[in-house]
Amino acid sequence: MRRWLLWLPLVLFALVVVFAVRELRKPSDRTVYSAMVGKPVPDFTLPPILSGRPGLSAADLKVGQPRLLNIFASWCVPCIAEAPQLMKLKAMGIPIDAVAIRDSEPAIAQFLKRHGDPYARIGDDRDSRVQLSLGSSGVPETFVIDGRGIIVKQHVGDIRDEDVAALADAWRNAR
Amino acid sequence: MTAEAGLVALWLAAALAAMQLALAALAVQRRDELLSAAVRPVAIVQGLLAVLAMAMLIRVFLLSDMSVALVVANSHSAKPWLYKFAGAWGNHEGSMLLWVTILGVAGAAVAWLERRVDERTLTATLGAQAAIALGFYAFLLFASNPFARLANPPLDGQGLNPLLQDPGLAFHPPTLYAGYVGLSVAFSFAVGALVTRDVGPAFARAMRPWVLAAWVFLTIGITAGSYWAYYELGWGGWWFWDPVENASLMPWLAATALLHSVSVLATRDGLRAWTVMLAVVAFSMSMLGTFLVRSGILTSVHAFAVDPERGTFILILLAIYIGGALTLFATRIGLVRAGNTFKLVSREGSLVANNLLLSVILGIVLIGTFYPIVAGAMGTQLSVGPPFFEKAAGPIALVLVVIMAAGPLLRWRRDSAAALVKRMTWPIAVTAVSAVALVVLAGWFGLLPMVGLALAAGLAVASVVPLFGRNLRRTPMFVYGMVLAHLGIAVSLAGMAASTAFTKETLVAKGIGEAASVGPYRVTLRGIRPVVGDNWSALEARLEVQRGERASGLLTPQSRFFSNPPTTTSESAILTALDGQLYTVLGQPDGQGRWQIRLWWKPWVTLIWFGGLLIALGGALSILGHWLRDRRQKRRAHDAAEAAAYHEAWGA
Repeated sequence: MRRWLLWLPLVLFALVVVFAVRELRKPSDRTVYSAMVGKPVPDFTLPPILSGRPGLSAADLKVGQPRLLNIFASWCVPCIAEAPQLMKLKAMGIPIDAVAIRDSEPAIAQFLKRHGDPYARIGDDRDSRVQLSLGSSGVPETFVIDGRGIIVKQHVGDIRDEDVAALADAWRNAR
Repeated sequence: MTAEAGLVALWLAAALAAMQLALAALAVQRRDELLSAAVRPVAIVQGLLAVLAMAMLIRVFLLSDMSVALVVANSHSAKPWLYKFAGAWGNHEGSMLLWVTILGVAGAAVAWLERRVDERTLTATLGAQAAIALGFYAFLLFASNPFARLANPPLDGQGLNPLLQDPGLAFHPPTLYAGYVGLSVAFSFAVGALVTRDVGPAFARAMRPWVLAAWVFLTIGITAGSYWAYYELGWGGWWFWDPVENASLMPWLAATALLHSVSVLATRDGLRAWTVMLAVVAFSMSMLGTFLVRSGILTSVHAFAVDPERGTFILILLAIYIGGALTLFATRIGLVRAGNTFKLVSREGSLVANNLLLSVILGIVLIGTFYPIVAGAMGTQLSVGPPFFEKAAGPIALVLVVIMAAGPLLRWRRDSAAALVKRMTWPIAVTAVSAVALVVLAGWFGLLPMVGLALAAGLAVASVVPLFGRNLRRTPMFVYGMVLAHLGIAVSLAGMAASTAFTKETLVAKGIGEAASVGPYRVTLRGIRPVVGDNWSALEARLEVQRGERASGLLTPQSRFFSNPPTTTSESAILTALDGQLYTVLGQPDGQGRWQIRLWWKPWVTLIWFGGLLIALGGALSILGHWLRDRRQKRRAHDAAEAAAYHEAWGA
């Protein structure tokens, strides 16, 4: 066997260690970068979940003005936690639409009565199909969509107080 | 007091490990037999002290002593006693203590029992063991003290992750650790042999039981872990190529290669350098796995408490041990005399092919596991999923199966290809016939599963062919071990291929009294009722199961809610029949009186784990067989020596 070949395992191992050290020194970043950011909202049409209120379709998100799209459900506890923050965003003049996931009319009506209703339109996504096509896998999630229906930001998880400013900025910049 | 006693035992054990290392280093360097003789007892006492420390930690957990921080964070007084017991190692600190305890016991066993290798090599081996132990003692004492007390103890603890509250999982970590420690002993032997340049059959025979034992434990650990993920996570799959699973698979692959190459070294004195290299790689893989899982540089569905600081510590240990061993390898192995050589078509040749293919699979798993981190460092987020692993490793594994069928039928040193084909007549015929029969009976169901099933049939036959024409009562136990292990692979492979190809799945929303069908079963939802357990409450579905006209019983999948900490889990309910399993999971209500129910029919899936157990049993038989043979040879040598002495003293 050639002599230098004997050192090869050590060199490979050293590379792994150097790499691991570099990774460990980096602050860990758990953000999920959506593959949908920069892409148009996929085409969909959802019936209204509340009778007398409008449903939601992809066309409603391409009306020239940027909007927030909130994916939520009445059975979801973090959605209750983020409700006050959504009301704050609404108070800033930001229009918010919603997709309700696997939900029913009485449950949603109850939820909105108790925790506030920031939504302009609510679509009824019985089997999560639209949610999945948007690249969202859980509730709650919030998208910022510009006037042409292009997704500019995806916020995974509940909106905390400290997230409100970032979402409002993203909405402002989307104009 | 108990916690303090444990801490004292731990410090003493660490001090003894330092002493063991110093004594061994001096003894090897000065070739001092007196110093060398002192190393064995020190190793034994060090092992006993580690056991004492572990016993104290278990006692603290059993007593629910809420002044100990670790108990507060991981236990709860309302927990069943088994989980209090297992809670002792169901966390980072406790599991590291368990690691050094098993390491200490293994070191003590080597010191007490091993008489085959040269004394100087053994001393160097025990020195290497002490170095490994010392690193982990330092880790425990300085970075993760399991016995730390709280100044203001709370009234009760925070509980154990409910997913981990399962009898199978209580014994999963000890099993895997036993496997990792076995590999560390093999590693120490390799380092010892490199130090004294004494790589030969005696070294291989001393190392072999540890490699085999490690391999048996890893096999059991992986089999049990796979079954746990299958029924506990409620996803219906048995292998997800998750980083944590890969972390346990990589040492197993290396250990599988090692146990085959070590048998070439023990029997034929070939593959010297390669065996030493593999011993180093196998232990590196177990350390690397631990590092990946604990440091959090990889995210996994198995949510471990991650901590970069601990990751750094493990990385330092990894760098010292593996870097040191590889440096030793590079500088020393050239000085080890070359072993025996052999022809390509021979038992050794097939074992080399086995080793190369296993190494390639290991490389694929390693790359697949590491690639997301490398890509992440370059700014792209991605995950490497089952399609990559299955496409890349699957075909190679099938080639490996062919070699596995042929290998045991080859003679050592040299053989002829024509003779091999003749000996392989039956396996080849069975493979061909089952391939045709499968396609005729079941239609086309994909190349990989079809080839897998046919090869499994062929391998099953090939694995028992070595017993043909032998006197079965005089056949050594380790041959049975090999036969059983290879048969286990065939059984497991059949289960994987069949369940991959023929699984039926359906997701339905049903009201009370409504029925759904999957595979040969008809499932009727009879009711939903609340149930309460020790520390959880649940909604339980009552599913009446029918196969044809016959009632097969009642299944009760649950959606369980744990209060400490608040978590919901799906408890699947499984009906096991001879030819497969019906797997049921209760989902969410739809708000209109219907419930989501997920049903799977998985034909022959149980064979996967049954095969795993056969493999482990084969390994155990092999250990026993080698031990019996060693003992018999020792007795014969002893008798011969006595006869010679008698002869010399008394004449003919």
